[in-house]
Amino acid sequence: MRHSYYEDSARERLLGLLDEGSFREILPPTERVVSPHLRQLDTPAAFDDGIIVGKGTLDGHSVLVAAQEGGFMGGAVGEVHGAKLTGLLERALDERPAAVLLLVESGGVRLHEANAGLIAVSEVMRAVLAVRAAGVPVIVLNGGQYGCFGGMGIVSRLCDAIVMSEEGRLGLSGPEVIETTHGVEEFDSRDRALVWRTVGGKHRYLLGEATVLVDDDLAAFRAAALSLIGSTPDLGLEAMEAEHARLGERLRRFGDCRDALDVWERLGIAEPERLPILDTETFLATVSDKRA
Amino acid sequence: MESLTFEYQGGRPLASAPPATLVGVVSSGNLEVLVEPTDLGGACRIEVLTAAVGFGAIWQAVLDDFFDRHRIADVRISINDVGATPAVVSLRLDQALEALTGGQP
Repeated sequence: MRHSYYEDSARERLLGLLDEGSFREILPPTERVVSPHLRQLDTPAAFDDGIIVGKGTLDGHSVLVAAQEGGFMGGAVGEVHGAKLTGLLERALDERPAAVLLLVESGGVRLHEANAGLIAVSEVMRAVLAVRAAGVPVIVLNGGQYGCFGGMGIVSRLCDAIVMSEEGRLGLSGPEVIETTHGVEEFDSRDRALVWRTVGGKHRYLLGEATVLVDDDLAAFRAAALSLIGSTPDLGLEAMEAEHARLGERLRRFGDCRDALDVWERLGIAEPERLPILDTETFLATVSDKRA
Repeated sequence: MESLTFEYQGGRPLASAPPATLVGVVSSGNLEVLVEPTDLGGACRIEVLTAAVGFGAIWQAVLDDFFDRHRIADVRISINDVGATPAVVSLRLDQALEALTGGQP
């Protein structure tokens, strides 16, 4: 039977992903390293500041893992939250694990913490790049209820690979932010079909941003993470220039599209409007040679 | 925000001293419960930090019921709450104890 990644809390996801009994948490809730800012704002803090970090094994491979809890302040990155993530990534430079796994679920910077949150996200970005440069793959898993947006959306795309389910969402400005700043005519954040075909896993997979698309199943996420552990992408100048050229070409090809459906049609997919209702297996078979 | 502390006497110590357990999430209408076995001289202490001010009497009633159900000693329970209803609080507390003891009394 499937075990939904989407429905789990961050803590349940992390424990279910790793080999049973292998997880050792760094700064667990009992340490009570909570946000110093929220108390001043008269807002309850979480004992883990909405992120669980530590080490464990994945099918015997040593990994460092972080999981963001979207239920607490939308998984937003505050000072402590960000420091835990940066610290975990920097630890990877010393420990050289087989991979760092980031179970992202975040609206981005925690606005309550203002500049401290912004700085924290930039530190996370720098740490991700340092870990990648050291040859340790950083793998993102995205399939939670709250999606991944803002600074953490950028962080995700800085990593080596992204595993997504259809339910996962990835973007810069989230749907509510777009609606608030540009109006409901620009983007209706309550239109779930629109939201998912714009920022959901299937579209991200078609655009080449999600590396792997999996079912909403903890075991499927685990298998996908395991399959990516050995990968060490080429980070040389030529490969970077080729990637930039690819992105430029993508913008040229799809820049004038008003809707994801237009993109799918231009990718040569027949009856693009049926993509959202296909199960993962059928979807992958349908679009196998059509990705951007 | 309001900080409340409750202390109960006359409970039984746990059969073993399991590692601390956390259940629940600090989000609207929900709460997190951290349960830590620790030497409190036979007491059970419950510390509540809640966003909803002025509900001390209801916390007292809910936690009295919880202690009546479980009668535990030398356990520190810490709660961060964002306006969970009494029923949710009771369920979370029971869930936390079950997670702590693996269902064994």
